[in-house]
Amino acid sequence: MSDTCATGGKLFKELDQFIEESGSTPDRLIAVLQRAQELFGYLSPEVQEHVAEKLKIPVSQVYGVVTFYNFFSTKPKGKYQIKVCLGTACYVKGGDRVFERFLEELGVEADEPTKDGLFSVHAVRCLGACSMAPVVLVGEQDFYGKVKPDMVSKILKHYSERGA
Amino acid sequence: MALTANTILICAGGACISSGEESVKQALEREISKYALQDVVRIVETGCMGACSLGPLMVIYPEGVFYQKLTPKAAQEIVEEHLLKGRVVEEYLYKGPTGEIVPQVAEKLPFFSRQVRIVTRNVGFIDPKNIEEYIARDGYFALAKVLREMTSEEVIEEVKKSGLRGRGGAGFPTGLKWELTRKGTSQKKFVVCNADEGDPGAFMDRSVLEGDPHTVLEAMIIAGYAIGANQGYIYVRAEYPLAIERLNTAISQAREYGFLGSNIMGTEFSFDIEIRIGAGAFVCGEETALIASIEGKRGQPRVKPPYPAERGVWDCSTLINNVETFANIPPIILKGADWFKSIGTENSPGTKVFALAGKIVNTGLVEVPMGITLKELLYEIGGGSSTGKPIKAVQTGGPSGGCIPAQYFDTPVDYDSLQKLGAIMGSGGMIVMDEDDCMVDVAKFFLEFTVDESCGKCTPCREGTRQMLRILEKITSGEGTEEDLYELKALGETIKDTALCGLGQTAPNPVLSTLEYYRDEYEMHVKEKRCPALKCKDLTRYVIDESKCVGCTACARVCPVNAISGEVRKAHVIDNEKCVRCGSCIEVCRFNAINKVSP
Amino acid sequence: MSKIKSLEDLMKIKEKAVKDLQLRDTNTRGKITVAMGTCGIAAGAKDTLKAIVDALNDFNITDISVVQSGCMGLCEVEPTVEVRLLDCEPIVYGHVTPENARRIVKLHIVENQIVSDLLVRKGEI
Repeated sequence: MSDTCATGGKLFKELDQFIEESGSTPDRLIAVLQRAQELFGYLSPEVQEHVAEKLKIPVSQVYGVVTFYNFFSTKPKGKYQIKVCLGTACYVKGGDRVFERFLEELGVEADEPTKDGLFSVHAVRCLGACSMAPVVLVGEQDFYGKVKPDMVSKILKHYSERGA
Repeated sequence: MALTANTILICAGGACISSGEESVKQALEREISKYALQDVVRIVETGCMGACSLGPLMVIYPEGVFYQKLTPKAAQEIVEEHLLKGRVVEEYLYKGPTGEIVPQVAEKLPFFSRQVRIVTRNVGFIDPKNIEEYIARDGYFALAKVLREMTSEEVIEEVKKSGLRGRGGAGFPTGLKWELTRKGTSQKKFVVCNADEGDPGAFMDRSVLEGDPHTVLEAMIIAGYAIGANQGYIYVRAEYPLAIERLNTAISQAREYGFLGSNIMGTEFSFDIEIRIGAGAFVCGEETALIASIEGKRGQPRVKPPYPAERGVWDCSTLINNVETFANIPPIILKGADWFKSIGTENSPGTKVFALAGKIVNTGLVEVPMGITLKELLYEIGGGSSTGKPIKAVQTGGPSGGCIPAQYFDTPVDYDSLQKLGAIMGSGGMIVMDEDDCMVDVAKFFLEFTVDESCGKCTPCREGTRQMLRILEKITSGEGTEEDLYELKALGETIKDTALCGLGQTAPNPVLSTLEYYRDEYEMHVKEKRCPALKCKDLTRYVIDESKCVGCTACARVCPVNAISGEVRKAHVIDNEKCVRCGSCIEVCRFNAINKVSP
Repeated sequence: MSKIKSLEDLMKIKEKAVKDLQLRDTNTRGKITVAMGTCGIAAGAKDTLKAIVDALNDFNITDISVVQSGCMGLCEVEPTVEVRLLDCEPIVYGHVTPENARRIVKLHIVENQIVSDLLVRKGEI
């Protein structure tokens, strides 16, 4: 991620603004971390320390929450996060093979970004579109339903052409 | 006049097939091609239309004319009269149960006509972003009634009388929960909507939140009034961005119209709702874990009692119901408990929404009265198997539920009957499986899920499920022994008895139920090292049928590990030592020459 | 919008909203509802919505409104679209790809014919 001082500082400012607007009580922790991850892409030790300070709680508590929930990541992710659903319906319809094909085509392990930082592949549990199984979600918006392994390269191409 | 295109829906349900549907269909096709109507008339075979005793049945669209008791001769007449001349053939018209002619009765596919929609009454009909459309369909009238005419005791009494039980899984009586929370001793009280629909394969709550968010808000406000709370939280999972967006819109509209905020509808009562977004932890569907998560902590459950009704959010009395439970409340208030009790069964009144998925024709969301049999649900509404292979089992209740085998499909769907079979109603996901699904593999799939999602607080769940998974891995890779099956069962029962929360206690269900109903499959894996469904990779091999292979090299080119060799135009062979069983070769082979076998 | 203070206020809104829903006293001849739940969107409902709006523009049709709703349940045939014309029974179509969307606009809206091969449901539930 682009953590140069200038952009980093700007992001911290945005985070502080969010905390100011929505409240800095300890129960806001999860919401604050969600916003932080949106801004920074992942939750580095610096970000966690910053949040702890702002909410006046121990860093250990922040770390405890970050590592408890699947949604939070302490490592950078790809620009395009490919979420392959491995809920039951997707599994019986062959979602596992779609998942493997993504890893194979990109030559990465699960949750690990590609060298160019463009993609990372994540297994998720049920996106709730079971009737379209198997389902793949790229980013937050782009749903693909009834995905077959041989559609994988086409999906990837669509995004690699858009580039970084 | 141009010929309008017709579509003929012919019922291919079990009863119609046995009464000669196939010959009627052939007669139709013959007549249609005789008059060269192939391009303007389409024949579609559907699932059961429900009037089985009058079969074979068909409906001709666009008019929606329903014909009964068909024969090949009838088909011929109908093509000549109805399709060519546009005249309805009275003789075969559907007469209805009392014998009167019902000319246009088949407006609705069985998928729709068998449903009773209470929870999903507005889903798909109204614009969820427009509060006035909700009001047009009696929205917020239940709230008005409660605030104007009822005391909080009366509201609770009505809910108790309705017999409504929690739709989140366990089926606890809702009215009793409300009463216990009202009697809670804390000064402040809270209403929480559990929208953390984490069971894989369940999407009923998502659909309600996306399609009719106001019904949840209205019910929560009513609950607040009944138990004496002024603040509500909706805990919704982060995986549902659209539901969150629609809820946010709904909340701000409700505030604007004065249904949320202070002095609601000109009364003394004030109530507001805040959304809390989950962060991806299955265990947060458990109510004490959900409470911890709302407070911004790790979502770990704690021992009950004290129940949330006594000590919930910030140690205050808290009412937690799930989305579907809440969605039942406004109709119950408006139409009364007696109306509600007239639907469903005595011990499980009302309806249940199910998400049909997996290998079934009509995947989707259906709301049916409790007590309907699995057979009706899967075949008549769901349309049966989508793969052409018979349905082997249906999995209900997600990782807490079990697999119900086909021989029990006459079981009525209600809380108690399903529990007797070792499954649970759960939140309502139903995944249909056929003979290509290996039951040991399915059990392993759910155990992987549980191991991943175990919060780690109690030992039986944290360590026990891991050990069960290890045994299942051993069995699916061909290393299992008969001892392991015994071990698996003993371990499962121990976890059931000793885990801390509901999710831990039910985690062994997928294994225990498959062990009971599909023990032969487990034994084949263990004794014969064979997977009959050809699903377990270590127990299957890929072979090329020499007589079918033409040597096109497509498979060899696609194989990621170069396990396939052979000369062009000569039969190829697969080296099973190298093969990783990814299935790519089968996908590309156009000659069906590659087979999976299990020794 | 002033806050609703009484049952009478609520009744007033309901009356107006029912009229809107039934297309009475409005300047529209009908409306097309696109089911935009997560399943619908996964099946391509966004493209369908766009195609409908484009097709209406191409035919210069201005008296048909296009709205969104949640999922109507039969996810198998998504994307689904409901066409509701004044004084006609509502018609639900399934498998509405962008091409099918254009066909529906041309046949159903312009030429007043039901596109029977896409028909899923006719009439109210």
